[in-house]
Amino acid sequence: MTAILEVQEVGKSFGGVRAVDRLSFVIEEREILGLIGPNGAGKSTLFNLINGVFRPDAGRVRFCGADITGASPHRVARLGLARTHQIVQPLEAMTVLENCAVGACFGRENLPRARAQEAAREAAVFVGLEDRLDTPAAQLTIAGKKRLELARALAAQPLLLLLDEVLAGLNPTEVERMIGVIRRLRERGITILIIEHLMQAIMSLSDRIVVLNYGKRLAEGTPASVANDPQVIEAYLGDPALARELAGKTRA
Amino acid sequence: MLRRPFFWVIALVVAVFAAAPAIGNNVELRESLVLATVYITLATNLNVVLGYAGYVNFGSIVFFGLGGYLCVYLMGAPAWPLPVALFAAGAAVSLLALVFGLGILRLRGAYFALATIGVNEGVEAFVENFTPFGGSSGLYLPVTMFKPLGGPMAALWIVYFLLVAIMGASLYLSYAVKRSKFGLGLLAIGQNEDAAQVLGVPTRRYKALAYSLTAFLPALAGGLYFFKSAFIQPSDAFDLTFSTEAIVIIMLGGQGTVTGPALGAYLYEELRGWLLTSDTFSNFQLVIAGSLLLIIVLFLPGGLMGWLYGRWPRLRSLLE
Repeated sequence: MTAILEVQEVGKSFGGVRAVDRLSFVIEEREILGLIGPNGAGKSTLFNLINGVFRPDAGRVRFCGADITGASPHRVARLGLARTHQIVQPLEAMTVLENCAVGACFGRENLPRARAQEAAREAAVFVGLEDRLDTPAAQLTIAGKKRLELARALAAQPLLLLLDEVLAGLNPTEVERMIGVIRRLRERGITILIIEHLMQAIMSLSDRIVVLNYGKRLAEGTPASVANDPQVIEAYLGDPALARELAGKTRA
Repeated sequence: MLRRPFFWVIALVVAVFAAAPAIGNNVELRESLVLATVYITLATNLNVVLGYAGYVNFGSIVFFGLGGYLCVYLMGAPAWPLPVALFAAGAAVSLLALVFGLGILRLRGAYFALATIGVNEGVEAFVENFTPFGGSSGLYLPVTMFKPLGGPMAALWIVYFLLVAIMGASLYLSYAVKRSKFGLGLLAIGQNEDAAQVLGVPTRRYKALAYSLTAFLPALAGGLYFFKSAFIQPSDAFDLTFSTEAIVIIMLGGQGTVTGPALGAYLYEELRGWLLTSDTFSNFQLVIAGSLLLIIVLFLPGGLMGWLYGRWPRLRSLLE
């Protein structure tokens, strides 16, 4: 296996707060890497450092061998790194299809406008928005907007997908559907880095898990080993009984 | 493009503008339509930045005024022929817009709007103190300037047809941009600039490109307009009322549509002409414009086109 993304000693401070503190990890091609940790641990900041929304104070980020440290978000997107937002960011007055066409036009494939339409439709259908193609994004439910985030990112035909809490705020049925979509993404060969608070979901989806706390890596390993790690239990899971239950449900 | 009905709608509008005064040599009608072509050109170009990309530009008149100044200047002392002077003026203004654009388009919202007023005022102050441009007393062209175009009578017709052509080109530009990948990027920027950038839209480049692209045709219109009057002075060339009116026109017609700004410009121009000549309301058109803007923003945020689309949804496929 080869590394698709290498994060090396990356750091970012806001004022006196070290949001991400000399963090290093690697994502291998075709794996699903889970990123967990308490609120404020620096997970979303890390996403912003990877895709260029923030410039790191220190360290390097490499994507497919190329140094993308401090590159602007549109360049990173063009290279094949797509992401979703924790707080959905639909282009509200534009339809579902137009939203996805933006992803297709300006993503890795850099498609012309006419051909983007087809890629946009395919991505929207893939996440289950086939009945909403011509609906303005503003009129979607929250579950619909979450799916749109994912569809837009997919329309770009990314090599690596960063998913920021795509399951948060969904009801159990919607969560099941979304997990199904993510599994099918893996079958397509897309590498995924996923932030999630829903423990059962992330333990069953991930090949490996990195646990963040105060911007530092607290633990890293298979879902089972992470769930059994006393430090993780203390800092994040809180309850040894829950940890045992989770460890029993993992893929490993 | 040729197979789309809207292409022929634009062609029809251009044909009507060109033919209506030409039939029967109606000079009075021609003069009243001159201002309509200028308003449509200004509003349509401004709409690409304001309606598509969502950047409110209060100083768009600077392109028109500067185009006028450069054209009149180049035809004066250096005695360049009209087509060359016109094209040079347009190219120079576009280039300048690109430089300004890369600077001020880092700002957003109210800060950008203020900066656009600053650009207009700055350029006006520069011209007022720039001796080759005649300072605050302006520049005159001798009447002999009309000679190469076949005398004043023929020249005024040629200028009118050129203004109609520029209006048509503006409408086609607006339409072509809207249907293109570039236009999709601009619309995405208008909706949510940060999200657009994360999706891969090169926001800075696109914004500056749009700003520069939409400076060209207004600069040509300014060149022709001031060539026609053979006189230009700073207070006319950089009149902020003009660019504020362009914003009212866009809101009236429907921002982000191709038809709206043109329709709004024509209606506004008619209203303005009527108010200027009426005894009760002389010079009162700005009060009306202000009230109109308030009413539209409060009750018709989509403008006339928004209202029409709401009543007849199928109109969307005919009038973009």
